[in-house]
Amino acid sequence: MAYRPTRLRTRQTYSWVGKPLDRKLHYQTYKEMSVKIEGRLPEIDLQVGQFVLIEGDDDENPYVAKLVELFEDDSEPYSNKRARVQWFIRFCEVPVCKQHLLGRKPDAQEIFWYDYPACNSNINAETIIGHVQVVALAPDEVIPMDLKNEKTFFVKLSWNDKKFKPLPPEIFAQLDKLQEGNRRCQKSMEAKTKSTESPSWTTAEHVVKRIESRHSTSKSRQAPSHPVTPRARKRLELSSFPRTHNTRISQQTSWASLESPGRMKRKVAFSEITSPSKRSQPDGPQNSSPALKTPEKAGEIQQCCAEDDKKASPDGCMILRTRVLALKTTETSEERTLTPVSGGQKSLVVPSVNLKPEYIKKREAKETVQDEATSTPHRIRRKSFLLTLNRIRQQLRFLGNSKSDQEEEEFLPVAEISDSDSEEQEASTPPLPRRTPSNVSRNLQSSMKSSLQTPSKTPKKTPEPRTPRHATPRIRSRNLAAQEPANVLEEARLRLHVSAVPASLPCREQEFQDMYNFVESKLLDHTGGCMYISGVPGTGKTATVHEVIRCLQQASQANDVPPFQYIEVNGMKLTEPHQVYVQILQKLTGHRATAHHAAELLAKRFCTRGSSQETTVLLVDELDLLWTQKQDIMYNLFDWPTHKEARLVVLTIANTMDLPERIMMNRVSSRLGLTRMSFQPYTHSQLQQILVSRLKHLKAFEDDAIQLVARKVAALSGDARRCLDICRRATEICEFSCQKPDSPGLVTTAHLLEAVEEMFSSSYITAIKNSSVLEQSFLRAILAEFRRSGLEEATFQQVYSQHVALCRMEGLPYPTMSETMAVCSHLGSCRLLLVEPSRNDLLLRVRLNVSQDDVLYALKEE
Amino acid sequence: MSSRKSKSNNLIQAEYLSQVQGILRERFCHQSPHSNLFGVQVQYKHLIELLKRTAIHGESNSVLIIGPRGSGKTMLINHALKELMEVEEVSENVLQVHLNGLLQINDKIALKEITRQLNLENVVGDKVFGSFAENLSFLLEALKKGDRTSSCPVIFILDEFDLFAHHKNQTLLYNLFDISQSAQTPVAVIGLTCRLSLSEDRSVRDVLQKHFNVSKSLRSLHTLLMLALNRVTPSHPFMTAADLMEANQLCSMDSKANIVHGLSVLEICLIIAMKHLNDIYEEEPFNFQMVYNEFQKFVQRKAHSVYNFEKPVVMKAFEHLQQLELIRPMERTSVNAQREYQLMKLLLDNTQIMNALQKYPNCPTDVRQWATSSLSWL
Repeated sequence: MAYRPTRLRTRQTYSWVGKPLDRKLHYQTYKEMSVKIEGRLPEIDLQVGQFVLIEGDDDENPYVAKLVELFEDDSEPYSNKRARVQWFIRFCEVPVCKQHLLGRKPDAQEIFWYDYPACNSNINAETIIGHVQVVALAPDEVIPMDLKNEKTFFVKLSWNDKKFKPLPPEIFAQLDKLQEGNRRCQKSMEAKTKSTESPSWTTAEHVVKRIESRHSTSKSRQAPSHPVTPRARKRLELSSFPRTHNTRISQQTSWASLESPGRMKRKVAFSEITSPSKRSQPDGPQNSSPALKTPEKAGEIQQCCAEDDKKASPDGCMILRTRVLALKTTETSEERTLTPVSGGQKSLVVPSVNLKPEYIKKREAKETVQDEATSTPHRIRRKSFLLTLNRIRQQLRFLGNSKSDQEEEEFLPVAEISDSDSEEQEASTPPLPRRTPSNVSRNLQSSMKSSLQTPSKTPKKTPEPRTPRHATPRIRSRNLAAQEPANVLEEARLRLHVSAVPASLPCREQEFQDMYNFVESKLLDHTGGCMYISGVPGTGKTATVHEVIRCLQQASQANDVPPFQYIEVNGMKLTEPHQVYVQILQKLTGHRATAHHAAELLAKRFCTRGSSQETTVLLVDELDLLWTQKQDIMYNLFDWPTHKEARLVVLTIANTMDLPERIMMNRVSSRLGLTRMSFQPYTHSQLQQILVSRLKHLKAFEDDAIQLVARKVAALSGDARRCLDICRRATEICEFSCQKPDSPGLVTTAHLLEAVEEMFSSSYITAIKNSSVLEQSFLRAILAEFRRSGLEEATFQQVYSQHVALCRMEGLPYPTMSETMAVCSHLGSCRLLLVEPSRNDLLLRVRLNVSQDDVLYALKEE
Repeated sequence: MSSRKSKSNNLIQAEYLSQVQGILRERFCHQSPHSNLFGVQVQYKHLIELLKRTAIHGESNSVLIIGPRGSGKTMLINHALKELMEVEEVSENVLQVHLNGLLQINDKIALKEITRQLNLENVVGDKVFGSFAENLSFLLEALKKGDRTSSCPVIFILDEFDLFAHHKNQTLLYNLFDISQSAQTPVAVIGLTCRLSLSEDRSVRDVLQKHFNVSKSLRSLHTLLMLALNRVTPSHPFMTAADLMEANQLCSMDSKANIVHGLSVLEICLIIAMKHLNDIYEEEPFNFQMVYNEFQKFVQRKAHSVYNFEKPVVMKAFEHLQQLELIRPMERTSVNAQREYQLMKLLLDNTQIMNALQKYPNCPTDVRQWATSSLSWL
């Protein structure tokens, strides 16, 4: 595009005016600063107390703030020139779900005093774009028409993330006073900048201008609208990444220590990770697949919450919605095109002035990424991950346009224009590692969402061979509806099926309460922890955990506990232990990666601060299957929750009580902690209670019958599954034995006894009883040979001669060697005998797989 | 004229007979779904009820059918499935997956096969793409999405079920039974096995609900009848008891005795020498030198009809016996070991030797005498 060269040359120089007011080590405060834009004569003077525009994600709507302090801080890694500001917030920056709280339609020029001390107010001074005029008005005052130009904003109310309030009197007075000075300053400025057109910032007029400039390619820009160097912008992006407001204060205090080195590392790591996409990617910007490969964090959380918000939201017109501030959410994607540009650097001091809403920062990240999206292929060689972002942005833009079209009229579809702007900035930027992974993730997430909602528009939907990645896993549905149970027995059978998990588990109230308290306390404290749950199969471990989670999810919907994300993995459902990382990552973010990569991403997510937004509850079923030689998986699973910022609650289930001591190394079991819970096998009264509760109001069993089965099972294993199965089998027997199919009687003790008999009877004895004469006499010969030799093992030859002798004694024709061999191998295939491979022929050794007494008993019966 | 007529009659009769033979042979060789079930009616009714409940009510079930080889397990399930599919409301609603432990030797292959038979979306043509892990999670996801009332029931038939239990971690079995025990897509898992000890396996024990036992093998009966059938000719149009007896003898013939009948006298002599060595040393292994010495003793003292062969010739006979696997070296043959001193064992029983000798054609009397007693030459 033709105006690019001019823009490329535009360079802003920021310099202090006057001497430092206050000098400390690494820290000098100034009163004034001047911005010199290359190629333009008048310098912009920035003074403390003025209102300024600060570069943000959206070129049309930069952030508005009041300068509180200008200072130079040598400890800042990227820019020494810092500013502390008091933020104002535009209506469109207010989370969509809170916008209705205003109760009226805001004026186009209306902004709000952002009364949120936790917000970061330390910014890079080089992100300041220029002056703006802010007028304080009483809440009922009408906006004066004469002041209604594009460079004036009006403040009537303050916004504290929860509600709109009238301005406090002292601030009102302060603002009024400032206004005077501001006007003064403004006038002098105007005098200075007579020749050039002052940058116009908001409203449709400006948009139109931009559109013109874009469409007439030969026309060069009249006035570069951002008197900021691209470098400044990059730095801004670097230092801004989303954080939750719950953790913000603590983060701020530890900011300085964490500022540069750690983050640099992360960024570098990130660019390494994404770099493969460059190789795999052709220049065509339409392909979105690398977007799926880029690491993403917290994607799905917001996605699903967005769905919730949408449902809950009173105004149905907001179609695309991400999460809301109060719930630690993001913002609507239609807002993306409208947000102001502003810088968000974190500050260490003066928390009272901290005003910047966190979502602005989030949006920043999103915006900048989006801006780059429209870049043409020539940029590809510059930065590998830009490619990825490109694709995302394409999708976003589709969405942004279509949405804002149908939204309120005053919101114009300007996405493309802002895109073209930033594109040049990109072009002039030296390749810097500058984005935190979380920034990208947000974009990925929203792009995913957009692809969900407008599938026809996403380039992802290109026809290609169906692989599991794109296929929807589904068993085809049945043509005829399943029949409902017709009689009492069928109904009983349905209820007795193991799959019919009741709403509340009887006899596990104590365990439920303990587990609930554990998880709830972790959720409320925003901490993490581990719990080890053990118990033999069929004692309700998994069902109890599920119930706890269900209750907590209900509680979080009612806002009793903070929202959390629940993930479940099962060791038996993995092909290989390391696949657990893949599964967790996929359930957490919806992304696939190799096991190794997934482990890295998860470690990054859980071990780096501020990356997770809400607590994750992870259930690991069949933990013993995750054992590896190095035990790295268990180590990681138990190590992540110990990180302060991970906010991970891990519940692990296994059968053996002493698993931690038995198979884990000390360093692993020590991380597991001492929170153990053991599920005892059910007693007979508990089993009875379970059965009664399942068969509530259903007279299918005799009372004695229930007691019988409960006692039988409790004596053997206490496995509730087994108990239910026996009862189910008993209903079958009852139905089978009953002559009238319409009105089968009750299941009696006799039926249950039969079922128990079937279940517990030894199949060996039945098999021996039913075997052929030759097989039986061969078994007898084995017994005789064992008795003769006194050993539990004999060669086939010995048994054969014994067999022949027996046959002679009974006067039977004795079988040939081949026949006997066939019998032997037959019994071996049934595992009644344990035999060697038959190539040993006569010398193969034979052993009984059943006790001799059992064989004798079975043979005697006839 | 009359002789001609009878000749043509004979021809027609022969044709009929061969047709009958053909039909009967087919029935014996192939499992025909039309044949009736004998002895397993109760089990059959039970099984069909269970399958119907899965197909119609969407109730998950699992069955293990246990029985020795040839006891009609496969026939039973085939019958049941056939009857089930004849019910109209069922036939369109049920998906079947047939697996065999001998074909699907690990879970990876089994999963691909399941996916292919279910014709899920990641199947292209006849191929299933994706890694093992992907396939597993895909299949589980697919089965998890269903519920009792709306999704198509799937009947899994696992032949040689015991082999699936040997797969690593029993992943497939665990997941199948897990599905059958949770409110997912209704499945019926039917295992066929001849192993009785499965009930000791951990995950399987939970679901071992029913088992069927059928005694004796049908297949051996079929073989017997086949042999008898082959003896039916126009001149001998009906099967008699004698035919069956003969067929039975054929079936139960000792395969080794037949080999012994074809040996030379020298080889027979060596076997007898080995027999005596076994008697003397109580089944201890022997080597060629011992056998040769024993043979020498017999030839020098007693034998009139047996020529005193040279040692290499005897060695050759000895090696022939080893090739026939009538004798077996105790250890593996190494190149530099002296063959004369390699320890061997006889793979024939005394009774077998004596029986074979009785039937041995033209056996010299002195050899027969020597066989009955090692001391007969004294």
